[in-house]
Amino acid sequence: MGFREYRIGSILFGVALSTSMVVTVYMPSLDISGVSSTATALEKQLTYGSNSGFDYGDLFLHGNDKPTKVILKKNPVTGAAMDDTAAYVFPAGTSFPSGLKHDNILGADVQALSVSMGKMDQAAEVTGGVFLVSSKVTNGVETPYVEFATATRGWGIEATLAAASETILAGAGKTMFVREGCWWCHTLLPEQTHDWQSFGRPPVLGDFNGESPTTFGSDRKAPDLLHVGSRNSSKEWMMLHFFNPRLVQPHSIMPRYDYLWGPKDKAGNVIDLVKWDEEFEAYRDGDSVYPPEVPEYADDSEIRYLMDFVLNSK
Amino acid sequence: MIKYLFAKEKNIPGGTAAIFFSFSAIMWFIIGTGIGSFNAAKLAFPDWFTHSYALQFGHMRQVHVHAVIFGWIAGAFAASAMYVVPALGNTKLWSEKLGVWNCLLWNVGLALGLATLWFGMTSGREYSDFIWPIDIYIALCMVLPLFINIFMSIVTRRTQGIYTTNWFFAGSFFMLIIVFLIGNLPEFFHLTGLNEAYMTWWFAHNVLGLLITPVAAAITYYIVPKVTGNPLYSHRVGHLHFWSIVVFYSTPAAHHLMSSPLPEWLKSFASVEGVLILVPAVAYVCNILLTMQGKWAMFVENVEIKYTITGVLLAIPLNMQGGFQQTRAINWYVHGTGWIVAHAHLALLGFSTFAEAAAVYYGVQTLLRRKLYSLSLANFHFWMLLIGFSLYWVSMTIAGLIQGAGKIYEVPYMDIVIAEHPYMIVRWLGGTMVFLGNIVWLWNMYMTVKQGEKLAPGVQPQDVAYAR
Ligand code: HEC
Repeated sequence: MGFREYRIGSILFGVALSTSMVVTVYMPSLDISGVSSTATALEKQLTYGSNSGFDYGDLFLHGNDKPTKVILKKNPVTGAAMDDTAAYVFPAGTSFPSGLKHDNILGADVQALSVSMGKMDQAAEVTGGVFLVSSKVTNGVETPYVEFATATRGWGIEATLAAASETILAGAGKTMFVREGCWWCHTLLPEQTHDWQSFGRPPVLGDFNGESPTTFGSDRKAPDLLHVGSRNSSKEWMMLHFFNPRLVQPHSIMPRYDYLWGPKDKAGNVIDLVKWDEEFEAYRDGDSVYPPEVPEYADDSEIRYLMDFVLNSK
Repeated sequence: MIKYLFAKEKNIPGGTAAIFFSFSAIMWFIIGTGIGSFNAAKLAFPDWFTHSYALQFGHMRQVHVHAVIFGWIAGAFAASAMYVVPALGNTKLWSEKLGVWNCLLWNVGLALGLATLWFGMTSGREYSDFIWPIDIYIALCMVLPLFINIFMSIVTRRTQGIYTTNWFFAGSFFMLIIVFLIGNLPEFFHLTGLNEAYMTWWFAHNVLGLLITPVAAAITYYIVPKVTGNPLYSHRVGHLHFWSIVVFYSTPAAHHLMSSPLPEWLKSFASVEGVLILVPAVAYVCNILLTMQGKWAMFVENVEIKYTITGVLLAIPLNMQGGFQQTRAINWYVHGTGWIVAHAHLALLGFSTFAEAAAVYYGVQTLLRRKLYSLSLANFHFWMLLIGFSLYWVSMTIAGLIQGAGKIYEVPYMDIVIAEHPYMIVRWLGGTMVFLGNIVWLWNMYMTVKQGEKLAPGVQPQDVAYAR
């Protein structure tokens, strides 16, 4: 480049940029990767599966390739009654979250327990299986771990799904959350300065291991949703609110998500959005006393997924 | 365009690539601000126009952001680099043909990327929303050819030294490739958890800090001395600017996540580095404003200078906000509010857009050797941009302060939404003004190509600015 100064300059440029990369990429990643998972992180991984954004298993973000969370009131093998237990069913072939695939995600102690007590190393994607989040207390410290219930308790996929008292498709729901851009208005990261009473405790360092994407959101135009299921668990309210938020909150700026109902309602009737809209406008303008009915959604509709995700965010 | 794609290099007139890029940038600016105005309308009147699934807010928002960043801003950067670098090196663009292809690949890639986003295919990571195949395409088929072209034009220059502007062009496009490849590692290798969250903001910070801020500054380093005829006030201060950008601007990524549970040392480090960004910022603004000495009348009389200097003046509040809003002392209040949205628009629609608009105005006239079709329309465009932007900025800043207060004083959320509503409407009006101004601009530029008065032989290109 002619001048000696330019050679020196280029070298210095390289040194400066590389140093910056080491300090801002390499060092933080070492530090963050050393953190142990909390129970929250394990639950999130088992609920949301591998990736809630674009991925091989779900190119168009339809909510495919996701585990199913179930609530069990009885033991799926013996049928004996037991306390409500959340189990995470991965049908054969479902992609595992990072924590189940790689040894360095969960944090050393959680990983060790998940293998020794939880037999996590026996699980494989091709066969799938049923997982639990368990914990063990040693010297007064509780450490969560992943339990591969198919190996430790003999819980099969079919038996567990059949015994479920409740099926929660929150994994597919998180995909809807990402695809529909809820995180352009809602955050999943309450702040220290928020009202903890209503928004709940802000997350801690180990709450995210293995989750992807974290969709914290940055531009908050609406309430934080990390713990929304705890403050509002009404399915009815949510359903009306998603169909048209102005039904329950006349001043809301949230978009309608009526299109997530799909073409047909639960009973198989065609949903006529245009007609609904006319009736809604009549109601809004005071021409009719009652708002139009919101259709019941079908069990495999996208709104079902999203609703499960929201109500599951406790 | 097609006839140039397969023409011999020597048959392509100099400046072709820059002209193509200029017009593609203006088009994307119109598309981007049009979508922005539409989105703003949805936020002000949510029950307006709800029947099209394709036009849902949650999909359109990222389309707006990426159309303006990669279509308008980065496109205008490419346009200006392609005529400024050869001019400063007293040479031709290394390969005009590569430039034309670059423009084609750029538009195809961006259209593809926006279509996938629109369709709902997203990585779910803010600013790196594009799915990873598109990210790789951007790095290798859009930015790499641009970098090679610019770098080789600098290497084959026929002047001795390299002027400040060109350090920034060469450095920034190079860093952009690196930022794209490193910032998207979480998508390439499926990194998860806080690492993913942090890298998302590492990318977002650096794509702004190592591309948009320095290149917009580089453009003003060219336009102001060139048009006023004053030499740059100080090359040493230019050095300070360049090196402190590389060192300080590339490090504070974590300050975007001050409220997240990242390691404390990282947040503190980022916050200190974030204040140090004021070093390049102050150096830059002083350098340009001092270059204007004795020529301030041109701020009023000359349209390119009017744009450029307005941009530089907007950089003052921009940097003051940027330096301090990320410290813990202030961030707890404004984090996640409309204040930040206002700040982002101050950077992109304020500072950098004004600088780029100047470069595009100047470039098209210089390269075609034609006078601007209508000075009045250019002034009209200027005021539409400035007033529209100001309405946007002020209203969003106020909305942000309302949200901040609501957050701290535990106001029920619904009351915040109601209180913000008037400002949402003003923001929509402001955005719409920008959009309409841009349509006028496109018309003006088109007519300049078709009917702009030819410059007499012997008139130096920079005289264009005076000769009206
Ligand atoms: C344009 C911004 C915007 C978008 C996009 C948006 N929301 Fe909202 N949302 C709001 C606002 C504002 C409120 C508060 C007023 C209300 O209750 O409607 C709200 C309220 C909510 C609530 C009730 C919160 C509470 O505290 O009770 C839930 C649940 C919710 N939204 C879920 C979603 C989901 C899921 C999506 C994505 C499909 C979404 N929102 C998309 C703006 C938005």
